[in-house]
Amino acid sequence: MRHHLILRVITKLLVGTIFLFALYVQFHGDYSPGGGFQAGVIMAVGFIIYGLVFTLKKAKMVFPPWLVHKIVALGVLIYAGTGVYSLLTGYTFLDYSAIDPHAPVHGQHLGILIVEVGVGVTVTGVMVAIYYAFAARAPNLRDQDW
Amino acid sequence: MLIVTALSVVVTRSLFAIVTLSGVFSLLSALLFVRMHAVDVAFTEAAVGAGISTVLMLGTLALTSRSERSDKKPQIAPLFLVVLTGALLIYGTLDMPDFGAPDTPAQTHVGPDYIERIPKEIDVPNAVTAILASYRGYDTLGETAVVFTAGIGVLLLMSGLARRRKEDEEDEGGSS
Repeated sequence: MRHHLILRVITKLLVGTIFLFALYVQFHGDYSPGGGFQAGVIMAVGFIIYGLVFTLKKAKMVFPPWLVHKIVALGVLIYAGTGVYSLLTGYTFLDYSAIDPHAPVHGQHLGILIVEVGVGVTVTGVMVAIYYAFAARAPNLRDQDW
Repeated sequence: MLIVTALSVVVTRSLFAIVTLSGVFSLLSALLFVRMHAVDVAFTEAAVGAGISTVLMLGTLALTSRSERSDKKPQIAPLFLVVLTGALLIYGTLDMPDFGAPDTPAQTHVGPDYIERIPKEIDVPNAVTAILASYRGYDTLGETAVVFTAGIGVLLLMSGLARRRKEDEEDEGGSS
């Protein structure tokens, strides 16, 4: 991909925008379409496009595999941890009112936000991990092979 | 257009073209979902179907061969099964209520209840998010766990194979 100048320049411009859009979808999911799952996928697309254009090695330097594997578990832990927290504070499992007992509606807001972050983190991790797993096994292809 | 794309997927022999066409198919069905006002679903379809899965299929293609092996004799039984299933599905849709009809079960039981309760209890403008994350919190936790398990499974399968291949290479290097 060394000679694909246009691809490389456009990718550099796009990756930041993609991450920004992922964060927007993540944290604006309460108000507009989208949520953790979509945001996680978009976030992963950012890393994948970087890996496609700038080789897998560089992508692994930006987002090392051990961190990806940790993140996969971290998201589920965030989600389940929210439930455990509400259990410990005397509410039922995953009752977000526990987060702010004085204003349950606000607690629901925060709870949804935290849980969606959990979903997003796991989905990002899994998608990037699957991409790494596939791409690491493929031999380096020349352009004319396609 | 959806049907044309699906047919060309069946007819085409080059797997590269098929992967691209299936991406097109996903994007078209995302448009269909937007048309039916299911924006969240359309969003997911566009991101996953047209984006990620196309890339993953290309990654798989790089590992395997580029073109489909052509069958010598056309087989009747699979065609019969597919036509039968399709006919049954179409027969099933005949019983479904019209699109957007106000008296469907979906609009009369839990739907109005949620729409009434969400502004009071959760106060989130996007009702889909509220239902998914709060009322159906257990389901979403389960889905996250499923994604997690799928990721772990792929990692175990793929990285295990890579390690075994490396060991094989070392063995060959040692013996020669």
